[in-house]
Amino acid sequence: MKRTKGFWLSIVGALALYAVIQFLITSGVLNDFYQNMLITIVINIILAVSLHLIIGITGQFSIGHAGFLAVGAYASAIATMNFNIPFLAALPIGGIAAAIAGLIIGIPSLRLRGDYLAIATLGFGEIVRIVMLNIEYVGGASGMMVNSMTDWTTATACLIITLVVIANFTNSTHGRACISIRENEIAADAMGINTTYYKVAAFALGAFFAGIAGGLYAHNFYIIQPSNFGFLKSFDILIFVVLGGLGSMSGAVIAAVLLTIVSTFLQDYPETRMIIYSLVLIIMMIYRPQGLLGTKELTQLFKKHATVGGKSDGNKNTAA
Amino acid sequence: MEFIQQLVNGISLGSIYALIALGYTMVYGIIKLINFAHGDIFMIGAFIGFYAITVLKLSFFPALLISMTACALFGVTIERIAYKPLRNATRIAALITAIGVSLLIEYGTIYVRGAQPEAYPSTVLPSTEFKFLGATINSQSLLILGVSLGLMILLQFIVHKTKIGKAMRAVSYDTEAARLMGINVDNTISATFAIGSALAGAAGVIFGIYYIKIEPLMGIIPGLKAFVAAVLGGIGIIPGAMVGGLLLGVIEAMVSALGYSLWRDGVAFVVLILILIFRPSGLFGKNMREKV
Repeated sequence: MKRTKGFWLSIVGALALYAVIQFLITSGVLNDFYQNMLITIVINIILAVSLHLIIGITGQFSIGHAGFLAVGAYASAIATMNFNIPFLAALPIGGIAAAIAGLIIGIPSLRLRGDYLAIATLGFGEIVRIVMLNIEYVGGASGMMVNSMTDWTTATACLIITLVVIANFTNSTHGRACISIRENEIAADAMGINTTYYKVAAFALGAFFAGIAGGLYAHNFYIIQPSNFGFLKSFDILIFVVLGGLGSMSGAVIAAVLLTIVSTFLQDYPETRMIIYSLVLIIMMIYRPQGLLGTKELTQLFKKHATVGGKSDGNKNTAA
Repeated sequence: MEFIQQLVNGISLGSIYALIALGYTMVYGIIKLINFAHGDIFMIGAFIGFYAITVLKLSFFPALLISMTACALFGVTIERIAYKPLRNATRIAALITAIGVSLLIEYGTIYVRGAQPEAYPSTVLPSTEFKFLGATINSQSLLILGVSLGLMILLQFIVHKTKIGKAMRAVSYDTEAARLMGINVDNTISATFAIGSALAGAAGVIFGIYYIKIEPLMGIIPGLKAFVAAVLGGIGIIPGAMVGGLLLGVIEAMVSALGYSLWRDGVAFVVLILILIFRPSGLFGKNMREKV
């Protein structure tokens, strides 16, 4: 009962925030620079939350998320530009294409864990980039022209859907199973949880939303190029999740917002940006490896006895 | 003979991969960490060799030695500052730190000296070409192969015949038991980093001489491919890294020869994923079940 109340409250809050910003956009207070930044923030939140599902909830260390982004971006761009499918229909097409890619990488992943899975997903991301680079149909290295169609309303709608689906998934039986895999895969398996099924499901769902983000990303500018989807992009997304806290959705959202703002203002100094990013990563891992919020959610910080998520909350052994 | 020509090219490239892969495999064997920064140590080695040759006017072998020494020190410094505090942390924390260190070295180098590439002087090594079974072989590639093989033989000697090598094998087999037997684990790990980084530095200089162009982001792709080579041979196994490196070099050269040179980088990762799916412990590895 209580959870539904909080759920509706946050929906109302999100809609109110949307309305305020929409009003500011239509009244011309926010210029193109800020509008663009807002859309980038939304895309990054979707990416961070979709990777959070894979790394933070299921504990599968994937560092090829830009590969899913690329699949979604190219699939939706082909849909709108070459087949004249409307933008709103092209977004799910991008999502489904990325989810299929997630299944393809997820099924081999059952045999891998930890570092090996990380390096396999990195390899997958690179393969996607190289394939796009070599296919003339999507423009090869020079990239593909895309009409700019992403606006604030579509982006927010996608964001709210993503947050609602992933939050509900996390709180469902499936989410609990995924968390048990994160805590100890062998023990989860021994308790009768179908680890293969849940790992692949988490991969496919995370990839689906990364694909949606890809569709928004592709239609936010006028061109997409394979070089946009290298593993630096994957690392960017990884940093959101790690900084926010491995296992905290609100942490991922906060980190995505903060870092997008920081990097937008550091756009003219790309080296400085990367040096700051890398120092943040190193110092964070040495002094606070669980990230800003650990496995806690923002709402739990305001409760006195927050024990949701198991007693290993905040323990550095989480998300091994 | 196009085939022999490509084989020679593949072996030259493969010996560079093998030198880098040795560092990956040694570090992974001892602390179970994919040292992402290893490819960037390779880049640093290439730059130190370049400055030793152009600024200090040294010849090939002194430059190689300087680069190896500097990289060994650099590797140990990274290990002491960034990895040592994480000895007991989770694998993911260590892996993320390694990614952070890698980015820091890359963009730190760009910050210090700019992103513009440099060209190795072509006069460092005498370059004479001669024919062998219809293939044109450059004396440079023979020397490169010789240096790589020499270093690998030296490494085998260090690991199997010296005291520090024995300590390394002991720590890699069981860290806790080694500590109880009076082995200084920290020093052994540092020695592993030093040797691995020195080999990467040597690979950097050799790469620069063979491929001329060097730049701050050059370590990424060879670094990843060397990791693929290490996994291919069975990570943690030194002969596996050599064979994996040479094999990967030859595969790439053959793919280029078939006219798919643009797909070359992709093939390495396809090899990686295939080997992880069908033989995750590598060509030389034994399958081990994880204990609960």
